[in-house]
Formats: sequence, C-alpha cells, structure tokens
Amino acid sequence: MKKELRLTVNGQPYELYVKPKTLLVEALRDHLGLTGTKRGCNESACGACTVILNGMAVKSCSILALQAGGGEVLTVEGLARGTELHPLQKAFLDHGAFQCGFCTAGMLMSAKALLGENPKPAKEQIKEGIDGNICRCTGYNSIIRAVTAVAKGEYKEEK
Amino acid sequence: MIRDFEYFAPKTLKEALTLWDKYGDESKIIAGGQSLLILMRQGLVAPEYLIDIKGVSELNYIESDSKKGLRIGALTTHRTIEKSPVIQDGFIVLAEMERRLASIQTRNWGTIGGNICHADPAGDPAPVLIALNATLTTASLKGERNMAVEDFCLDYFETALEHGELLTEIQIPAAPPHTSTAYTKFNVIESDMATVGVAVSITLGSSDGICQDIRIALGAVAPTPMRAKQAEAALRGKKITDNLLKEAGEIASTEVEPISDMLASEEYRRELVRVLVRRVGKEALARAKQA
Repeated sequence: MKKELRLTVNGQPYELYVKPKTLLVEALRDHLGLTGTKRGCNESACGACTVILNGMAVKSCSILALQAGGGEVLTVEGLARGTELHPLQKAFLDHGAFQCGFCTAGMLMSAKALLGENPKPAKEQIKEGIDGNICRCTGYNSIIRAVTAVAKGEYKEEK
Repeated sequence: MIRDFEYFAPKTLKEALTLWDKYGDESKIIAGGQSLLILMRQGLVAPEYLIDIKGVSELNYIESDSKKGLRIGALTTHRTIEKSPVIQDGFIVLAEMERRLASIQTRNWGTIGGNICHADPAGDPAPVLIALNATLTTASLKGERNMAVEDFCLDYFETALEHGELLTEIQIPAAPPHTSTAYTKFNVIESDMATVGVAVSITLGSSDGICQDIRIALGAVAPTPMRAKQAEAALRGKKITDNLLKEAGEIASTEVEPISDMLASEEYRRELVRVLVRRVGKEALARAKQA
C-alpha cells in the first residue's frame, strides 16, 4: 500500500506516493529521476549514495524514503546554480579529483556537509569528513587537494 | 530485496508502545535503521509491520546533572552525542567512542538506543557504557523497568526486552572522584565495527593511588558484550603497575570466548584482548591519576 511522501529536493517541493519499503535513494533516482546520486554497495559501506538531509550527510541507501518526509534533501544536482558550478565542483575539475567518477556525487556531498559544519577544516579533518566515502580508484589525494583548495578560499561562491 | 510491510510512524511514546504491544512478534521497531535496513535488505528480517519511532521526539535528549549524572534519550543520534559539549566535558570517552563508530553519515542518522537494541556483540557503545556502570530504562504499556546495561544483552542479537517493551533512556552515573575510562577498538578499516573492543574504567583512592574499583568491558569476543571479572579482581585493591596490567591482560584473554571469522581467528582475538586490556588499562590509569 503506497503512502504519501512530501519532501523538498534541491529547493523544489515534491509530493509522491511510494511503497513504505522504498529507500531514499530509490525515491530520488527512480521516482524523481535524479540519477546523480549513485547506488553503489547498497549496504551503507561505500558512501556513493550520500545526500544531505536537513543539513546532515546521510547514506540514502540506508534511510527509508518515508523517514525523510517533510525534510529538505540536497543532491549533487542541487549544487550548481544554473550553469555556474559549485566551488567544490570547480575544484574537483581543476584538481582532477575523478577517475571513474562513480564516487564523485557522494564525495561532493560529504565535502559540502563538512564545509557547512567547519568552513576551514585541516587536512586530517577533511580525511575524517570523507571517511564514509570509498573511492575505488583510490584517488583520495586529489579529492583532498580539491577540498583543501575550497577551504582555503581559492574558489569563491558566486552569489 | 526488501519485502513489503505496513508502516506506522507514531509521534509519541504512548502511540509507539500501543502499536508495538498490538503487533508484537509480527513487527519490528525502526529508529535510524542503520543496522536493521541492512538485515532487511539481506532478507534476514522480514517484518509484516514496521513501527518507525525516529520521530518520537520525546526520546531525543541529553540531560546532565552534576550529582545524578547523565541521561541520554534512546533516540539521540550518535553524532549528537559525539558533538555534545556536556559529553565532551564530562564523559569524553563516550565522544571518543562515537567518533570511531561507523561513518559520519551513519552517525548522523543512527541512534544510540537502536545500536544497543540491535545487540551486535561487536557494537561500540555497549562496552563503554558497561565500563561506565550505565543503566537503562525500558517502557511498555505495563510500566517501566530499570536494569544495568551489562544485563541487557542476552545472546547474539538478543536482548532482555520483553513483548511490547522499548528502550527509552540510558543513564550514566556521575563518576566518583579519581575515576577515568578509556576505550579502544581494533579494526582494519577505520569505519568498521570492532574486531575486538576494550573499555576500562579505573577508580583510584584519593591519596594512596590504590585501585579501589575497576571495570573491564570487552566487545566482539563473546555472544554479548562482557566483563572480564577475573582480570578486574587481579587489579582491584592493588597499586596498579605495568606488570599487573600485563597479568590482567593475560587473565582476560582466557576469560573470553571469541569466534573465528573473516576478520580474525579465535587465537588472534585472544591475543588482541591480551594486548589491548594492558594498553587501555594504562590509558585509563594515566587519566584517573589526573582526574
């Protein structure tokens, strides 16, 4: 039996009907077509599905969509403003912080949540901030360099 | 693949208890679901009814009183505990434990009560809470019960909760003077559960430095979190030296009943207990001297 789910995703309010067993990642990808969020291990280990729910990084494969009811979700699609990339996205490009790119959406969202809590993280804190995200190409150093560059203010957020 | 279920999201403890009492064995309680959803996805748990208590806000709090100690609502998230100034101030070992529990994402959504009720012997909070001499409160439509955290876990994934009963609160008593607690776990990947977890709490006499009380709690080495009571007895009433701690580690390694799995063999777990009891005991002792 489907249930009503109201939530805001990237500033846009949605009302959908989902089976209770629907996971947040499924609601985003399969119901709303927001496929930027990746489904990796599907068991809370890899972090590819990380989104920001009510300001907190969470693994969307391990939350029922209904538990996000009434909440505000930010996915990777919500980072850019129009055609203007988010500072983190620009820094990831400049520092080559991708190899296959599968972890990127999750990495960006964990980094965004980290900078929201702590705008000037030290290197160790950046490592800790992306501790829940696995890059199977092992491209961690370039990711850490990209986040460091944003933290140092090398990429200003355009208003 | 998760099987379909009927879903309820009570907003008050009363509503939750009523539903839980009604659906009992056919249902499961979900809080943060960071453990349960994995089991459901693996098909190991397939409830007919899921009662989601994450929104029962009356069970989400941290309250502290210098005499009575700390009270933590069962639905407080790991991350809230980790970041709480009250806990960082007076119960730092809890914040240290939380900081190494799973990943930030999991700690943001998972709850302390859910972790304890999941009763995985490799869970981080239980050994620390047992070392801290913590108690807990359960509630059902019939009323409340109180018990020590060390009496709560009965077997692998089994707790003392009876039909219709929910864990509502964890209490940590204010520590006696010159008391301190330390915890560490051995794991290969930082965000993994413990291969072996060790928590040690030591109370020293005010002037003589004699060990008045000690609690050694171990995780992932038995069907439930357990105390190494013989190792404790070897230290209680004595002035703790490195040699005595070494001896306590050896005793503890014979008290445990670990299994072999993909993370470690039984022998290796015993070895870890031997080493970590000594190491964590040393840390707790150093802290107690300063407390």
